[in-house]
Amino acid sequence: MSFFLDRLTFFQRVEGEFSDGHGVTTGDSRRWEDAYRSRWQHDKVVRSTHGVNCTGACSWKIYVKNGLVTWETQQTDYPRTRPDMPNHEPRGCARGASYSWYIYSANRLKHPMVRGHLLRLWREALQRHDDPVDAWASIVEDPDKGRQYKSRRGKGGLVRSTWDEVNRLIAAANVYTVRKFGPDRVIGFSPIPAMSMVSYAAGSRYLSLIGGVCMSFYDWYCDLPPSSPQTWGEQTDVPESADWYNSGFIMMWGSNVPQTRTPDAHFMTEVRYKGAKIVTVCPDYSEASKFGDLWLAPKQGTDSALAMAFGHVILKEFHVDQPSEHFTDYARRYTDMPCLVRLDATGEGYQAGRFLRASDLDKSLGQKNNPEWKTVAFDEKTGRIVVPRGSIGFRWGEDGRWNLDEKEAGGKKTRLQLTNLETKDDVARVGFPYFGGKEHELGRFTPNPQEEVIYRKVPVRRITLADGEEVLAASVFDLITAHYGVDRGLDCPNTPVSYEDNLPYTPAWQEQITGVKPQHVISVAREFARNADRTQGKSMVILGAGLNHWYHMDMNYRGIINMLVFCGCIGQSGGGWAHYVGQEKLRPQTGWQPLAFGLDWARPPRHMNSTSFFYAHTDQWRYEKLHVADMLSPLADPDDYKGSMIDFNVRAERMGWLPSAPQLGANPLEVARQAAEAGQDPKEYVVEQLRSGRLTMACEDPDNPVNFPRNLFIWRSNLLGSSGKGHEYFLKHLLGTAHGVQGKDLGEEGAEKPQDVVWRDEVTDGKLDLLVTLDFRMSTTCLYSDVVLPTATWYEKNDLNTSDMHPFIHPLSEAVSPCWESRTDWDIYKGIARTFSELAPNHLGKETDIVTVPILHDSPGELAQPFDVQEWRKGECEPVPGKTMPNLVAVERDYPNVYARFTALGPLMEKIGNGGKGIAWNTEHEVKLLGDLNGRHLGEGVNRGMARIETAIDAAEVIMSLAPETNGEVAVRAWAALSKQTGRDHTHLALPREDDKIRFRDIVAQPRKIISSPTWSGLESEHVSYNAGYTNVHEFIPWRTLTGRQQLYQDHKWMRAFGEGFVLYKPPVNMRTTQSIQGVRGNGNEEIALNWITPHQKWGIHSTYSENLLMLTLSRGGPCVWMSETDARKVDIVDNDWIECFNSNGALVARAVVSQRVPEGMVMMYHAQEKLVNTPGSEISGERGGIHNSVTRAVLKPTHMIGGYAQLSYGFNYYGTVGSNRDEFVVLRKMNRVDWLEGDDESIYQAEEQA
Amino acid sequence: MYVYLHELVFGVFPYIAGSVFLLGSLLRYEKSQYTWRTGSSQMLSNDRMFRVGSYLFHIGIIALFFGHLFGLLTPTAVYTAFGITSGAKQVLAIVVGGIFGLICLAGMLILAHRRTVNPRVRRTGSPMDMFILYLLFAQLATGLLSIIVSTGHLSGEVMVQISTWAQRLVTFQPNAADTILDIHWIYKLHMFLGMIMFLIFPFTRLVHVWSVPYGYIGRAYQVVRRRTAI
Repeated sequence: MSFFLDRLTFFQRVEGEFSDGHGVTTGDSRRWEDAYRSRWQHDKVVRSTHGVNCTGACSWKIYVKNGLVTWETQQTDYPRTRPDMPNHEPRGCARGASYSWYIYSANRLKHPMVRGHLLRLWREALQRHDDPVDAWASIVEDPDKGRQYKSRRGKGGLVRSTWDEVNRLIAAANVYTVRKFGPDRVIGFSPIPAMSMVSYAAGSRYLSLIGGVCMSFYDWYCDLPPSSPQTWGEQTDVPESADWYNSGFIMMWGSNVPQTRTPDAHFMTEVRYKGAKIVTVCPDYSEASKFGDLWLAPKQGTDSALAMAFGHVILKEFHVDQPSEHFTDYARRYTDMPCLVRLDATGEGYQAGRFLRASDLDKSLGQKNNPEWKTVAFDEKTGRIVVPRGSIGFRWGEDGRWNLDEKEAGGKKTRLQLTNLETKDDVARVGFPYFGGKEHELGRFTPNPQEEVIYRKVPVRRITLADGEEVLAASVFDLITAHYGVDRGLDCPNTPVSYEDNLPYTPAWQEQITGVKPQHVISVAREFARNADRTQGKSMVILGAGLNHWYHMDMNYRGIINMLVFCGCIGQSGGGWAHYVGQEKLRPQTGWQPLAFGLDWARPPRHMNSTSFFYAHTDQWRYEKLHVADMLSPLADPDDYKGSMIDFNVRAERMGWLPSAPQLGANPLEVARQAAEAGQDPKEYVVEQLRSGRLTMACEDPDNPVNFPRNLFIWRSNLLGSSGKGHEYFLKHLLGTAHGVQGKDLGEEGAEKPQDVVWRDEVTDGKLDLLVTLDFRMSTTCLYSDVVLPTATWYEKNDLNTSDMHPFIHPLSEAVSPCWESRTDWDIYKGIARTFSELAPNHLGKETDIVTVPILHDSPGELAQPFDVQEWRKGECEPVPGKTMPNLVAVERDYPNVYARFTALGPLMEKIGNGGKGIAWNTEHEVKLLGDLNGRHLGEGVNRGMARIETAIDAAEVIMSLAPETNGEVAVRAWAALSKQTGRDHTHLALPREDDKIRFRDIVAQPRKIISSPTWSGLESEHVSYNAGYTNVHEFIPWRTLTGRQQLYQDHKWMRAFGEGFVLYKPPVNMRTTQSIQGVRGNGNEEIALNWITPHQKWGIHSTYSENLLMLTLSRGGPCVWMSETDARKVDIVDNDWIECFNSNGALVARAVVSQRVPEGMVMMYHAQEKLVNTPGSEISGERGGIHNSVTRAVLKPTHMIGGYAQLSYGFNYYGTVGSNRDEFVVLRKMNRVDWLEGDDESIYQAEEQA
Repeated sequence: MYVYLHELVFGVFPYIAGSVFLLGSLLRYEKSQYTWRTGSSQMLSNDRMFRVGSYLFHIGIIALFFGHLFGLLTPTAVYTAFGITSGAKQVLAIVVGGIFGLICLAGMLILAHRRTVNPRVRRTGSPMDMFILYLLFAQLATGLLSIIVSTGHLSGEVMVQISTWAQRLVTFQPNAADTILDIHWIYKLHMFLGMIMFLIFPFTRLVHVWSVPYGYIGRAYQVVRRRTAI
């Protein structure tokens, strides 16, 4: 009744006694518990998730009390798994659980904000100009005015504005840029659509409708493993985490599962109770190391050497000495190992050349369709050369024979011959390049010197070609076993006879490089393979950023892929390649693409690979220290590969291999106008202009103001606080503001300049006219932006979320309406589109836009350049769009109707249909459904009668209705379309769910398991967990590679030239960034150069950000760098000292964490710590702190530029240059003076007191 | 005017302050159980000096409280019955009060210094914490100062006046204020501050005074609740 009165019952409280009066019973009220009850009472629970870039994709309960989000807990209502399999739930981690702090925190963005200097200029200009577009022109065409606000970027001074004002400013800038420079000068960067598909689509739809450029992220983040498209023709496809539980032997290799895959880690710990063995491979004592039955700690960056030695043991014991039946059968049917490779003569013998094709042989072996794209092999029984089905030549131009049936083209059964050892015509000395002897610039990575080219004996066949030439040919199997150094009894002096021989690639050979004991290599390889042999492939490797962020990441990865392929693990439940970094599978991808890229109105969209883009436009190429010659195979002719990295990139763009942005060296709208005036077809006109040199491509002159990216939108991203490799170059060149770049460019150094690119000595800094960022927090990127737009948080909007870690689709939903003046991404871009349409008519009408499109993977165009590499620019061939150069497509833009188009499902879905990954299907039915569901536009506009896409939920319904993964009817249609290509019926995979239609409100009620679709290679069923490659192996669908099989040999000319035909060990590259600065600008403290490693962090990324107060409280409360005790002792640093890390790229400051965890020679800075909290000024740069990318620079690798060649053709976020960063070194020293750049401690204290 | 104000402050205000003190404490106890606490900062900083300061302060202030309680409310007839004169009682009050006043003052100085200088304590405290500290300090200072005035008249007359006032107040007799109309201003100030203390008491951390954990003295080793419905 009353707490007080209860207290007054003192004398009656004791009601009984026990234990001789030592204990008493009372009748106290339990009313005090109500306080706790009301603490956890709430008004409603809403389902949402967290989307920094979290692959976890956990479904969360968001609690709302009195109109405020109060806390969140994990959802526990995932659909059950099958018996004998643990359930998925609960999924979540401490990072996600701390997220709701953001919504009402001081970091929250509450109002639209504009850089004060710019806003003043804008308001003044509007006074003088009636038309906002003219007002914008008056600002950016005046260099002084431009400098005024650009030089203030990053220095605070953002002031409040209104939505009307910012929309007008942004739209005016866009209209101006499109009219003056071209639509491809308007750029947008947003990563990982899967984490909030509608939000991504909002911006990309707007950009695509005006002809702007959408930038890739997966390659830029260096999370894209190029090895995957190289081997499988697939961007990345991996097992869901539940499939770990089906495994018998798991290697966690460079992936810190418990720390960075927290919600999934339970499957790994659970399968240990089932008897699975875990081997952890990781240079530091990470959380994952603790779970290993064995922990192998190779020297960082040398993983491919270890993988080669594993491969050596597996090949020797399980393929050659005592062949495993499963492995041999798998190699024959599912890999390129039976395929024949022609040998090219070298000085001392031969080297592996390209795959033999049907077209090489007499009468093309009867093949009329694409014979140059059909690989060949020997038939075991007849001893004849056959054309097995499945190679990429069968994929296009014919139907029904693109499959992995053991049949030759004509339909006769065939059994391919793996080796020619018994049937050889001769034994040839074949040279294999060797890179493991290269010295590191700082003497850090121990080399193992051997011959530069190792000649080994290979059994070969003599083959007479169609033109009468006789060549030697060998099977990939015979070549690869020779390459790995497996003795075939051919008496080869360069081949090791035992594991103790120090010859590539034995366990003894690797020890010198990696430091791992040979007996561990042998035992792990044996157990890995034996488990796979006995379980038909249930051995798995979980791998990640630890390996993939090195310059030669494809060597690390292909080394591991080979182990798995040798053991027949790919496509087998419980086995395979489990790469988890940043991919976050966009499961309803094919339904999402039309919405996201405006494919319902115009095709193709403009896509760009970000690594090459930023490399060019932040002028990092002007500081290039990597030499192409250092990378070349000793068997290649260096004269054929002259030039610097940007030259190779420009060549790739000209040959149609890589995309471009901006595209042509002129406004494409203008070019189209000129073509029309000349009365010519725009395509022919551009070809002619390019050939004559009157028109260039923008990539040839990136520092020409005409070719600047002018407007940049960043949303759902923290480009400048996190992913921007070469951060300081961004600040200097792209933004034109204060920066910390320490090195000199090639011009200042007097070094050799690029050949194919115009070098300009004049200052071109500050290329961007307008940087707009959408975020809900004041991130580093926002601080550098001109306009900051407050978005809804993840608990304030409706959106979709999927992952590769689990098979469910589930939503973000609106727990409370967007706080303060924030708006959802969908509404923001809708608002900009509306204002754009209002401002456009005075300047832009219906226009023809010429879009350049690279030669795309999964399109018939991927059969473009079968043999040689030829450049039209150098007169080596004719410029033929889509064949020897980018395709050119004239696209109609309707600028005054951008808004009308934005909000309606356009006519092309009915006219052309939909599809993905080379499969196309009709969508008339879905278009009608969406009209019925969302309602149709009335009135007389261009969108009359079309389905409405007004709200984010409307947009979600578009995605889910069009995608096979969420609409069973479409799934069946898609499988039927694939069945036509393969000649096998696959519809049975989706027929049981044909009537299923998953809609937005369904997933709000409960996460739903998606429907199996042919755009993915695994199945969602009650019998198997999702596993990549499953349908390739079990449904005989070819991999989308040249051979149609898992391709271990890369025969493209550039691949061979760079020595990467077969996987091998390449040591980390020389970045040359420390020697010019170490010991030069001393502060009296010792300096040490250490390898710069930037792994995923424990207290931040994936589901919250590093300045989250709760997470800061759990960690060091600000930027920190982990280093070893040994290195710390050398330079007199103790734990928690302020230290500085710097090199010629820039500098950063942090606290030292001195730990036994870290091995000598490297430091780790968890990435994305930003410079928002607790970051003093740098002694080197004089600027505030810096981020982990202040000391890195993007470096390109030529083999990633290859295109126009089957699986090595470009695809958005699929192939292309990647932004590696782990080969970098920094100089590290203790700081002398910690300067907060805010005055001394006393003045800060006083200022605080006053406040 | 002076008389009116005197009447207001010492005749009416004591009842306002007393009502707020009692009702305020009751309401806070009923309505806001989770604010009923000492607000201790010992977890943030617990050095030896703090513990010494805290002991000195608490010993001093508890003794002073009970000294005042008994000194003011014991009827004159009671102690004269034991043969103690008013003069002797006054001397006793001066000596004991002076000693414990100084003990309390020493403790308070230590605590006040800590609260001002230690950044963790300063930032976690509320403005009210600071205010009480100042108020207690002023109270103590005026109390100690009154000793000097008292030594000028050791007859115990003034002390009797004040205790008569207090006794009239608590027994609801009229004209209580009249009894102290002519005493020295330093006593009046001390008394006024004392009443302010009662007034703000329910709004401060002082409420912990109500919750003396006397229950621990002589309780059973185990106290459990009977199993019944709530």
